Amino acid sequence: MNPYISNTPTEVGQMLKDIGVDNIDALFADIKPQHAPRSFKLPGGQSEYEVVSRLTALALKNNVHVVPFIGGGYYDHYIPTAVGALASRGEFYTAYTPYQPECSQGTLQALFEYQSAMCALTGMEISNASLYDGGTALYEAMMMAIRITGRKKVIMDGGVSPIYRKILRTYTHHLSYQFEETPVVHGQSSRQEIDRLLDKDTAVIILQNPNFFGAIDDFTDIIQKAHSVGALVVMSVYPVSLGLLRTPAQMGADIVTGEGQSLGLPLNFGGPYLGFMCTQKKYVRKMPGRIVGETVDTKGRRCFVNTLQAREQHIRRDKATSNICTNVSLCALQAVIFMALIGKNGLKEMAQLNLDKAEYAKELLSKIKGVEVKRSAPTFNEFTIHLPQDASRVVGMMMRRGFAAGFPLGRYYPGMERYLLVAVTEKRTKEEIERYAKALQEVLT
Amino acid sequence: MEIEENYLYTKEHEWVSIEDNIATMGISDYAQEALGDVTYVELPAQEDEVEQFEQFVSVESVKAASDIFAPMGGKVIEINHKLEDNPALINKDCYVKGWIAKIEVRDMDESTNLMSAEEYRNYLESLGA
Repeated sequence: MNPYISNTPTEVGQMLKDIGVDNIDALFADIKPQHAPRSFKLPGGQSEYEVVSRLTALALKNNVHVVPFIGGGYYDHYIPTAVGALASRGEFYTAYTPYQPECSQGTLQALFEYQSAMCALTGMEISNASLYDGGTALYEAMMMAIRITGRKKVIMDGGVSPIYRKILRTYTHHLSYQFEETPVVHGQSSRQEIDRLLDKDTAVIILQNPNFFGAIDDFTDIIQKAHSVGALVVMSVYPVSLGLLRTPAQMGADIVTGEGQSLGLPLNFGGPYLGFMCTQKKYVRKMPGRIVGETVDTKGRRCFVNTLQAREQHIRRDKATSNICTNVSLCALQAVIFMALIGKNGLKEMAQLNLDKAEYAKELLSKIKGVEVKRSAPTFNEFTIHLPQDASRVVGMMMRRGFAAGFPLGRYYPGMERYLLVAVTEKRTKEEIERYAKALQEVLT
Repeated sequence: MEIEENYLYTKEHEWVSIEDNIATMGISDYAQEALGDVTYVELPAQEDEVEQFEQFVSVESVKAASDIFAPMGGKVIEINHKLEDNPALINKDCYVKGWIAKIEVRDMDESTNLMSAEEYRNYLESLGA
């Protein structure tokens, strides 16, 4: 069985002859060998059976049977079976917002409901139809704040995911913005340092709740100060935590983004994930991304359209709010199905379980000799522990005992080599938490 | 195509009416018709300083967005807040009720860069309008 390739060797030969070259490589003669990527040298084609066997062998190298206590922005949450079953129905199964949107009322309605759910969750007035992932959504929010204020200074809290901070710096590498990063002190944002840097040139303060170390905070004071000098505040949030925590809207945030993976999406190595973005109505025309709106047709029936499209690049060209004109519809669909299934009270219960189980784990771990649970700030379902030895080494030893023990903070924070970030979701049983604590104790003695 | 006789015009189809050192500006009948139904006007901020021919407003219609340029340089001293709730004023009455902004003119000589009604009429004809 060979893969289907439409052109026969005879046809290819005829085409090459017609344009006057000897072989396909001759078409790329202009590219000097030193500039040709090595990856172009692919092996010859293989049959479907051979390819599947090869990929299966590679997939089996993944160690998927460990009990995960690792988070760092992506979490092992329960996904009801109905999410996959409904999302994979042919009527819904598409990766994109449709290009003839009004013909696809079901897809548009699903996205409209997704937007409504995200507004209810964050407390904000407006949501777009989603962006690629939490990091790119944060970048888009930062650019939006820069456009709104006409200013160029960005204050970024050190508690924002180091992965996101790297994305922001990469995207803006060739743009002339002034970046200021403020330190995290005892797990929380440094008010003092933010105060010192905040001025009338500041476009935006970027915050995250819970922060990368798992600490939760009430940013109301920082947001009020930012507004008093005309700066905006972007908050990146963990949606499941909003089942319990004060919403970003209650704190006064102007733009809210986050990673939606925790809302019914499995942990994939690198995605596709779900970036969400919400804001207040007064900023809607500065917001990137597609927005689905509700209206009535000529017969007065409820229907849905892509709305406010004059912001987008197919109309606004180079002055569009973003170069991203698409979204991750399938992931947004899974998220809205998840939220509809679990409901408002379900989400509260889920958040409470995360908190309770993490607190139970803290209690057990703090009893282990040499382990110090950091308690300077309250946490949600993730917390930082200090170990008597290198955390990466401990993670390796725990892996052999069947646990993904956590995220070694030294990978992103030099000097924190002995710190481990531990996440406990509602899926972890009491017995698993106890086994984890026992294994850690064994590893450390 | 209606052209207001006492106003001055730009090649980008803005009109301006100058009294003392205050320039009231908007977009011409030709521009509003080309845009179609206006759905939103992004107004400048009061006190903004603008240069002549600098983009300072944008007008959205159902399927287009268009940049509007300052016909005279100076300080924006007043904006037409009625356009916030009723952008269609630009379609209904582009030369009077649909004005967009008033600019305190810095250099009156800049008006020599603008067209008279007569010149604008010829300019539109040259565009095939």
